[in-house]
Amino acid sequence: MRMSRGEIWFHRANHMALAVFGLLALSPFVHILAQSFSSYRAIISGDVAFWPVEWTTEAYVKVFHDPGFVRSFAVSVQRTLAGTALSVVLTCMLAYPLSRAYIRGRSAIMFLIVFTMLFSGGMIPTYLVIKELHLMNTFWVYIIPGALNAFHIVIMKNFFQSIPAELEESARMDGASNTGILLRIVVPLAMPAIATIALFNAVGQWNAFFDAVMYVTDSSLKPLQIYLRELVMSGQSNINTTDSLERQLLAVESLKAAALIASTLPILLVYPFLQKYFVKGIMIGSVKG
Amino acid sequence: MAKGEGLPVLRSSRPAAGLLPARRLGANLRQYWDLYLIMVPGILYFLIFKYLPMWGVIIAFKDYSVFAGFAASDWVGLDHFRRMLDDPQFYLVFRNTVLISLYKLFWGFPGPIILALLLNEIRSMLYKRTIQTLAYLPHFLSWIIIGGIMVNLLSPATGAVNGMLKWLGFEPVFFLADPGWFRSLLVISDIWKEVGWGAIIYLAALAGVDPQLYEAAVMDGAGKWKQLVHVTLPSILTTIIVLFLLRLGHVLDVGFEQVFVLYNSMVYDVGDVIETYVYRVGIGQSEFSYSTAVGLLKSVISLILVVIVNKAVKRTGQEGIY
Repeated sequence: MRMSRGEIWFHRANHMALAVFGLLALSPFVHILAQSFSSYRAIISGDVAFWPVEWTTEAYVKVFHDPGFVRSFAVSVQRTLAGTALSVVLTCMLAYPLSRAYIRGRSAIMFLIVFTMLFSGGMIPTYLVIKELHLMNTFWVYIIPGALNAFHIVIMKNFFQSIPAELEESARMDGASNTGILLRIVVPLAMPAIATIALFNAVGQWNAFFDAVMYVTDSSLKPLQIYLRELVMSGQSNINTTDSLERQLLAVESLKAAALIASTLPILLVYPFLQKYFVKGIMIGSVKG
Repeated sequence: MAKGEGLPVLRSSRPAAGLLPARRLGANLRQYWDLYLIMVPGILYFLIFKYLPMWGVIIAFKDYSVFAGFAASDWVGLDHFRRMLDDPQFYLVFRNTVLISLYKLFWGFPGPIILALLLNEIRSMLYKRTIQTLAYLPHFLSWIIIGGIMVNLLSPATGAVNGMLKWLGFEPVFFLADPGWFRSLLVISDIWKEVGWGAIIYLAALAGVDPQLYEAAVMDGAGKWKQLVHVTLPSILTTIIVLFLLRLGHVLDVGFEQVFVLYNSMVYDVGDVIETYVYRVGIGQSEFSYSTAVGLLKSVISLILVVIVNKAVKRTGQEGIY
């Protein structure tokens, strides 16, 4: 089909507009990336835009040698791995029985779960409960209070329900137990949904900082996001205090940039997988168009 | 993306039938005891971390003492709520919450729709994918990182934005400490972070539009604009309405993390919202009962809004959120 002159112009303008938009979305990252590889002098004189000036990897060397960065990076990795594993296991353990018609009381339990999406005790009573459970300043405070998410349970329950009951029946004929069916038939079939909620959890854990702000004062337990906040927002990092003035100055801008890039990297590495699953994930849970 | 591709959608909830429906409870428990057992940790989780705090809101009507705990502290009735009504800071915070939320709704809501409409016109899959990938990216970064990038870009001394202003002959602006700019920055950064992500659902809706409608419209001589007005927009209107209503239900949820990361004492008057206020007064000054009362008011209003909105959504013929 031939396009009219107006349509041709529309398509050109549309391509241009989206290209500009895409560049706008990307440009802050490129700017920070360029800064992280530039010398302090070049940054301060405003020479760095989208390409490193006076190329140096010193900022990265410093960041990776900073014990604070390494420690908080390790905390973030640990909480992401442990938190995701626990969350996925507990979600399946609760969602599977709730998806079976022969389990009594399941709609009442489901209602109680969904109700927590609509109403909550709020920040202060939750804080007091966690305090009275003596979870403050422990690693567990990252893992346990966020272990389950009502929305993820709804997703998993719906997925489990969509697995044909005949599969389960024939397995039972062959003598499989309830948990045997769950582990050997249901879980392998549910891998796409499990991967989705695992990724939801992993990104959430990696980016989380509110729990650390609320419940943790011990600096050896601080996750990467808190380290970044202290570095970027208030410049309270102890980095470089023994170095010369020139090196202290380096600490300010390019170090921030390098730390930001280093903490974004893990997300960027899993991004291709993320995108594939998340786009489906949001479709499961959202209102259908 | 086609409907229900790969994963099932919420609506396809067909209960799986058991092989031997055990009628008596005892027999049922005996047959499926292991499945009842594995639910226990999850149920305990919800009781302890969700329902115990709900019961804990009674301290909004008490004078909570750390030593006495939830149950044993003295009742004070509605004292904390009366104090709230006399507190000018509370009005300021409530107003900020509603204003920031409405600004985000007004400026942020059309963004994903426009982006999806533009992307939908692109024929080249490679080009479309590339732009989409760039657009989703900021969604996956924490507010700390986005905040760090903003501090970097907006810094009065070394930031790129002020560099540009200086180059154009303007005075540098300390954006993040300027009450005149703070709300705009909240709105802009929120759009930048979420617009691509928000477009996904509209793209899905657009993919569901019957191509024959466009063919018919072209036959009738409709140009691009007429096609948009008479085919595209009516086709995705219910999606737009439902998402709009859902946003209205959450008008008191401004996004604690974003404000927490970006604000500072210079902009409290325009940036302090209910949740940051509850945090500062509750945790910072240990005023547990008063801040619980403030938080409870927010939760109750939110619950009422969500229930009303859910009714409205069901009226549009869609499934609600619950």
